[in-house]
Amino acid sequence: MKKVLPKIAAGFKKVKNKAHSFIHMKEERELEYLGLTPARRKLHNIGVFFLTIPFMLFSLLKKIPLLIGRFFAGIGRFFAGIGRMFKEGDFKTRLSFVIMGFGQFFRRQIGRGIIFLAMEGVFIYYMIGFGFGYLKGLGSLGTEAVTKTLNKYGLEVLTYKDNSLKILLYGVLTIFVIVGFVWTWYINVKQNYTAQKLIEEGVRPKSFKQDVKSLADEQYYKTLLSVPLLGIVVFTVIPIFFMILIAFTNYDYSHLPPEKLFGWVGFENFKTMLSTDISGSSKFAFTFREILVWTMIWALVATFSNYFLGMFIAICINKKGIKFKKVFRTVLVMTIAVPQFVSLLLVSKMFADEGIINSLLQKLSVISDKIGFLSTPTLAKIMVLVINLWVGIPYLMLITTGVLMNIPSDLYESAKIDGASGIKQFTKITLPYMLFVTGPYLLTSFTANINNFNVIYLLTAGAPKTMAYDGGAGQTDLLITWLYSLTVTNNDYKMAAVIGILVFLVIAVISLIVYNLSPAMKNEEDFQ
Amino acid sequence: MSAEKTVKFRSKSRKERTTRILIYILLTIMSIVWLIPFVYLVFQAFRGESKSMVNYILPKKWSFENFRILFKETNFLSWYKNTLIIALFNAVLQTVIVLSVAYALSRMRFKGRRLIMNIMLILGMFPGFLSMIATYFILKLIGLTSENAIPGLILVYAASSGMGYYIAKGFFDTIPKSLDEAARIDGASRSRVFFRIIMPMSKPIIIYTIMMAFIAPWGDFMYASLITFGHEEAYNVAVGLYKWLDKEHINSYFTVFCAGGLFVSVPVTVLFMALQRYYVEGVTGGAVKG
Repeated sequence: MKKVLPKIAAGFKKVKNKAHSFIHMKEERELEYLGLTPARRKLHNIGVFFLTIPFMLFSLLKKIPLLIGRFFAGIGRFFAGIGRMFKEGDFKTRLSFVIMGFGQFFRRQIGRGIIFLAMEGVFIYYMIGFGFGYLKGLGSLGTEAVTKTLNKYGLEVLTYKDNSLKILLYGVLTIFVIVGFVWTWYINVKQNYTAQKLIEEGVRPKSFKQDVKSLADEQYYKTLLSVPLLGIVVFTVIPIFFMILIAFTNYDYSHLPPEKLFGWVGFENFKTMLSTDISGSSKFAFTFREILVWTMIWALVATFSNYFLGMFIAICINKKGIKFKKVFRTVLVMTIAVPQFVSLLLVSKMFADEGIINSLLQKLSVISDKIGFLSTPTLAKIMVLVINLWVGIPYLMLITTGVLMNIPSDLYESAKIDGASGIKQFTKITLPYMLFVTGPYLLTSFTANINNFNVIYLLTAGAPKTMAYDGGAGQTDLLITWLYSLTVTNNDYKMAAVIGILVFLVIAVISLIVYNLSPAMKNEEDFQ
Repeated sequence: MSAEKTVKFRSKSRKERTTRILIYILLTIMSIVWLIPFVYLVFQAFRGESKSMVNYILPKKWSFENFRILFKETNFLSWYKNTLIIALFNAVLQTVIVLSVAYALSRMRFKGRRLIMNIMLILGMFPGFLSMIATYFILKLIGLTSENAIPGLILVYAASSGMGYYIAKGFFDTIPKSLDEAARIDGASRSRVFFRIIMPMSKPIIIYTIMMAFIAPWGDFMYASLITFGHEEAYNVAVGLYKWLDKEHINSYFTVFCAGGLFVSVPVTVLFMALQRYYVEGVTGGAVKG
């Protein structure tokens, strides 16, 4: 052990030195760098970015112990604060450690006192009557699902006992309630302490009336945010937390409550999903990889094809001397206005094997056999990308039109005087400006495309299906539509949860990289 | 010299004219392609003969038969009513929530502000459907699924709408802070500033938020299909009409689907077109600021 540590340290030093020499090298080459054309410079910057990723990761790793240390220091400070408050507090403050709101009653803050006391009452009632039992069950998620007893006629009667789903859900709920309660308790103690200190200084603590008034003023954010945040906690945070836990259980079609129990399995599902052994009994890993690759291709192609073609159309429409601008724009905007389930479902039927497109092509004897636009694997993938253009170009047209109008026209005028051609104007002025201004939009639309449920589900619902895939997946399924069919048709909740977590990781990593890259992109001075 | 110049000039203008013609051709073709599905929808909706898909476009007999079936023989009207109720409630609740969150995060500085924004950013990276399964169980627990799916859906839409504050916040960020400060010096409270100063200046973003909140429920398929599962009365239009295109129903309901689709699309489209300006403002503002 002793021998290993210095080795690691030496290794770290080497990496560090390399990083230094690398950065040094860049400085030495600065002249060379300035001599490059802008496009080359961009490439160089991107190259440098990827080269620095290991160093970035390294510095992140170095930060982790620091962050953990800070976290524990924070907890330590929290308890130290409570201890100090208890030590310095008078009997009213100390008593409100146990009976919440006690101190407030005697400091003429009856309104606050009642609220705190009521909260404590509700919490105790909840825990005794409901929460504690479920919290206890979280460890095993239930021991017995159904019991069979004979009734007086000698018939079997099923009684449902433990429901793993309910135990997990209510258990999670109880954990959140406890966290919320601890937080309230801390506020209660702190308020007591500050009120005590204020009285010692001869200042009267705020009355209930003043409290209410401040909720419309300095503390207005509390009024504004309380309901929305409560909604987010109950309908977003708790569900996500719950589903993350589901990924570590064996909750699927063969473990459906209330007839059956499910239990914890650790990282088993992740192993199934990410295993490199394709020949294994489960094709899940293979399916996952295939669908992940297609999702990435889809997101990339869909985002950029929409982006550039949308921009192109916007430039065409906005070109000087083109008439009927409004007509063209209105036609395009209609696709946004008509609900997607109408337009996309109809389009999917038009391209179906028996659809109108095939019929017409046959009638005009362009083709003799029907083309499986949405039923042959490769063609279906191309078709969804093409139809997605039909959906996406109008959005981009609107967005880019707005941005195009904002490009200072003197830029173009001076370019014209210098004799720049139309293409040159586009690559030197329009494109950099657009990329700069809509950079964040590209990221959001990329992540939105990874999760683009509507287009795929309404067009093909994942079809054409294939035997090579597991979990009812089809050739055009994205991770999100696969997630949907896994839950709704296959009841394979555990795998759906794993996919959800992996999608999150993919998006988070991409966002992180792009955010780190964007300072280079966001060279604001270039455009001012 | 001058002759040469005119030649050059003329050739340039000719070149410009050809590009212009090319652009016209392109845009016209594009407009036709973009309109085809809608034209097809209208033709199918008014087709009198055969309820299934046929291999020609123009109907042989025009009639309102499909609409009669739609209103008299199916649950379409109750689906329509459900969606309308949800959309109206959503327009109110979501607007209030989005504007509140956006105002608080844009104008006020308090402990935990950055934390809240970062957490919402991270939550947004989880696929929406992931949380839906648990949401379904939570709603079932309060008894707001199947036959009570309408209040359930309203609750779910409203509850998760706080995370869509970005565009409104971007708008509030552009209103100069000195306005707030001046009013505060004159003794106005934060809430008064919100209602009396910020709100009157935010008409475009308010209209945009209301419009998006009203339109979104008409197209929602994912949430609605899960929460109304197995209870046909409670479907919204998207879920209801979707069923008509599966293998069992398509041969007797295809034209009825088109009629229903038309009946849903027309009001939404008219509303959208009327308020197009605000949509463009919101969407460009949001895209540019990210």
